[in-house]
Amino acid sequence: MNDFMFLFRGGRTEAPASPEAMQTQMQKWRAWMQKLREQGKYISGEPLESGGKVLRSPNKVITDGPFAEGKEVVGGFFLVRAETLEQATDMAKECPIFETGGSVEVRKVQVMNP
Amino acid sequence: MSDAHIHDLVDHFFRHQSAKLAAVLTRVFGLQNLELVEDVVQSALVEALEVWKIRGVPENPAAWMYRVARNKALDVIRRQQVADRFGPEWVLWRETTSGPAQIDRLFLANEIADSQLRMIFACCHPQLPEESQISLALKTLCGFSTAEIARALLTTETNAKKRVARAKRKFLDKEVEFEVPAGDALKARLDSVHSVLYLLFNEGYSSLHPDELIRRDLCAEAMRLCLFLFNHPASRNPETPALLALMLLHAARFDARLDESSNILLLEEQDRTRWNREIIAQGVYYLNESASGSRVSRYHLEAAIAAEHSLAPTFPGTNWRAILTLYDDLIRIYPSPIHELNRAIALAQIAGSDAGITAIRGIRDLDSLDDYHLLHATLGEFHRRAGRLDEARRCFLRSMECTVSLSEQRLLERKLHNCDALAESMRGE
Repeated sequence: MNDFMFLFRGGRTEAPASPEAMQTQMQKWRAWMQKLREQGKYISGEPLESGGKVLRSPNKVITDGPFAEGKEVVGGFFLVRAETLEQATDMAKECPIFETGGSVEVRKVQVMNP
Repeated sequence: MSDAHIHDLVDHFFRHQSAKLAAVLTRVFGLQNLELVEDVVQSALVEALEVWKIRGVPENPAAWMYRVARNKALDVIRRQQVADRFGPEWVLWRETTSGPAQIDRLFLANEIADSQLRMIFACCHPQLPEESQISLALKTLCGFSTAEIARALLTTETNAKKRVARAKRKFLDKEVEFEVPAGDALKARLDSVHSVLYLLFNEGYSSLHPDELIRRDLCAEAMRLCLFLFNHPASRNPETPALLALMLLHAARFDARLDESSNILLLEEQDRTRWNREIIAQGVYYLNESASGSRVSRYHLEAAIAAEHSLAPTFPGTNWRAILTLYDDLIRIYPSPIHELNRAIALAQIAGSDAGITAIRGIRDLDSLDDYHLLHATLGEFHRRAGRLDEARRCFLRSMECTVSLSEQRLLERKLHNCDALAESMRGE
């Protein structure tokens, strides 16, 4: 088994959204996460606040960031377990983020002692 | 997220939380700032969604959401206090904003309930335009979006928006206070709350809305708010449980009213095993609860009539005499041509269809029912039973002109067809 990271970009709820529509979306994420948990594939996940700081070389200039467009900003991540990149990608296909126009980047976590 | 708190995110959680938060935050910002309140609620809901979808639903989602809403409210106040130094509106804001501790207090369970009650009284205020009340109630008390209101009330989104806006203008003009009325005012104000909830229920129950789920939603919301009123000591009077009983006794028979192809089944055709006995029992419970005090309201009588129907073992086994007496009482305190029409139907069960027709002809203000499809359908049915088939046909055709509902149309076609078959067999003899 290997560890993979799902990076969720965009797909945030745009106001005004109806509470009922939000609940429907929530239920879909719950169901997806629940399924991954039951299969022992879910390790952890954290949402990220939208604002932050970016430091750049060479002088560590600090600016407010990230600068990417809304749909490109990473809103959170999952750490999951899968055999192969293909398997992890298949898991990501069921993510409800696609219904709200977001995307998922699937990356394998580099192993220290291969 | 363990199985234990999977149930924390019950049906319509976001909807009901949004209504609760709106009520609480209106205590902070005032009714005249309802738009601002809605923005704050909206952003709290979005934040909850965005965090929970990735981290999972927390142990106590409601408390979590309250914290977010509280912080957002404080942000608004802080931002505004900065603006106050430059803007002219600061007096208004100084009056309506309160410190963090006071806001925290508003999130205590009894204070939330108190805010909700204030909001119910505000949204059902007699000062508000009548056609706005249900839309506003759905928006503010039930957390519906304007698109959902439009769908529920079979109108356009623009229309739904307008209705809500018209009511909000009254809030802006400060014509409606955000208080639980006390003393003598309470009784009159409760009357308007009851009548709005009753209308809301009827919108779901008797509307011929194509979407069954939406209709159930409307009925469920009306019953939820009514139960809330019943459970709050400040708003409990004998009419509240009577209204709740009335709703339950109708809702118990919701499933049996249509067949598999969504055709309307008449009371006499309904499969009574499909009536929900548990809900009927609840209805009877609240009807008993309502039997205190000296005033018998229309809700008491209508609930008692519904109870007679619900408890009757069969259609012929219905206690029509009791129902007739209840209608007589009802018409005395709440004269309405529709009640008189229903009384005529009960009378016809006892004294025959010609007595029913005579009673209909004697209805005060009969003209007002001229475009009411059930008047003509009832007359048609009475004529059919009396063997006057041509007359019956004419009535059923007139009834069809008065309704746009497909299921009503199908029912009337069925009745016409029966007339034809009967005429055919009579010719055969």
